Amino acid sequence: MMMIFGKPAPLLFGQLLLGVINGSFYAMLSMGLAIIFGLLKIINFAHGAMFMIGAFVTWGLLNYLGINFWFALVLSPVIVGAAGYALERTVISRIYKLDVLYGLLLTFGLAQLVQGAMTINFGSSGVSYAAPDILSGVMNLGFMYLPVYRGFVIFAAVIICFAVWFAIEKTKLGALLRAATENPALVQSFGVNVPQLIALTFAGGVALAALAGVLAAPLYSVNPDMGSNLINTVFAVVVIGGMGSIGGAILTGFALGVIEGFNDVLYPPGSAVVVFVVMAIVLLARPAGLFGKVT
Amino acid sequence: MFGFSRAQLIAFAVLVAIVVVAPFIFYPIVVMEVMCFALFAMGANLLMGEIGLLSLGQSAYFGVGGYVAGYFAQSYGLTPEVCIISGGLAGAALGAFFGWLAIRRQTIYFALITLALAQIVYFIAVQAIGITGGENGIQGIPRGALFGVAPLNNDLAMYVLVAVIFIVGFLFVHRVIHSPFGQVVKAIRANEPRAISLGYKADHYKWIIFILAATLAGIAGGTKALVFGIETLTDVGGSTSGQVVLMVILGGIGTIFGPIVGALIVVALEFYLAPLGAWVVVIQGAIFILCVLVFRRGVIGELAYRLKTQL
Repeated sequence: MMMIFGKPAPLLFGQLLLGVINGSFYAMLSMGLAIIFGLLKIINFAHGAMFMIGAFVTWGLLNYLGINFWFALVLSPVIVGAAGYALERTVISRIYKLDVLYGLLLTFGLAQLVQGAMTINFGSSGVSYAAPDILSGVMNLGFMYLPVYRGFVIFAAVIICFAVWFAIEKTKLGALLRAATENPALVQSFGVNVPQLIALTFAGGVALAALAGVLAAPLYSVNPDMGSNLINTVFAVVVIGGMGSIGGAILTGFALGVIEGFNDVLYPPGSAVVVFVVMAIVLLARPAGLFGKVT
Repeated sequence: MFGFSRAQLIAFAVLVAIVVVAPFIFYPIVVMEVMCFALFAMGANLLMGEIGLLSLGQSAYFGVGGYVAGYFAQSYGLTPEVCIISGGLAGAALGAFFGWLAIRRQTIYFALITLALAQIVYFIAVQAIGITGGENGIQGIPRGALFGVAPLNNDLAMYVLVAVIFIVGFLFVHRVIHSPFGQVVKAIRANEPRAISLGYKADHYKWIIFILAATLAGIAGGTKALVFGIETLTDVGGSTSGQVVLMVILGGIGTIFGPIVGALIVVALEFYLAPLGAWVVVIQGAIFILCVLVFRRGVIGELAYRLKTQL
């Protein structure tokens, strides 16, 4: 058997695959956080809750309405995005004039509320969701076996990340968004409805979280804690990468997933903390984060 | 008097009177819990209210203080005052290290960093079963005898110790806030670049405040571990960090009595709503949202505003 770093190669590749999958979720979630932060200047603590709701909506669509995974992939983000839009218009928009920390506290409370409500309804053990038949099974890549659904998640995440990056960095709408991030007053004076743009941005950000939630549903147990467990790591990713650039958020997300995967092979007991330790090291070496300006 | 305004002096007298009378009216254990959390929240308020830094990882210091005090009491049979002081020192040491890292960034990033660092402590607590007992926690922690002579098994005896720690802690925090040091801290919050240009090393002040908050958290955690005779992962977990922040904003950020009232309300909510299970989380979340939207001054802040005084 081939050995790498003194470990059997299939084990290493298997862990790396898990790492890339985790990295896909880190990338999609930190990208959404960065988009929201750019325009709203708040860190959305409810992002993990939105991810979790996205997964539950997917489950609900199938079990109550018989709507399958492929439609959920579109419907769930739309539903959660619409809820996010309403939330921004009614609640979050009230606090922009306050200290930035109030936005954090508000969404923190929101996350608690949503998570508690879901725990009351579904218990903490949650429900399970099967991957569509066409994506079940395993592919033999020669050097390792790849479960088809996992391959699909990585493929989808890369497409989603690229599409969002392209939309923001290369299109007219993205240019508008970036301009509003730089100077909202000026953009408004050009006749752009900035409050509307802000609400849509928040909706888009949480829709991304929900989309990640749909992809996660067949992979993990769909339970009320699934978002909060993941989002704490994503926050560390955000500290490492900084929230200044979409590309930076994507790269950092994938990179941290891979580092986590390597760590699981080399030193399994450290798996839960490796991202946080990397964060501490980055803070020592580059306090502003890898892609950030000092704030 | 003692740096207290008239209103504060009256409030302090009321506080002392309540502390004296409370154990004869309510469960002493619950009142002790309130005092421990109040001490914890006073520390968090030093960070939030005085220098304007929001930490989402205060549970790390609270939990570590509890584990150290509990471990020393149970495994080495050390006396309670040694255990509690050790808890405070453990909180201070951890706070010194984490604070040194966290003050490199500001506002939102600072909050995220403290959260992440607290996660490290939580995961270590889960895995270091030899010391923390993992999921079971440290159980059957003996209260021992104060200075080796005064047994604390009686709840009222323990109450006297907790009350003294609480009042001394309160006076200490008040002293810090009204000292020349505290004035500089206020100046840094109001205008950091200007304070720096006047020659104050803002980072040192932030670091010291961070360590003080961690020390108070450690003392509070250690005391609570002895009161209940048990120390579990709950104290070191993220929800405890959220609770202490809630206590501070509910009571009134930057007021000296606010954290006490906040601790009282949150502990009472937990106590009375415990049978409702997960509803406690929902209600706390709702209170969080309401506080931010319409009640930013908090109970004591609002009271002080109405009375046109400082509390």
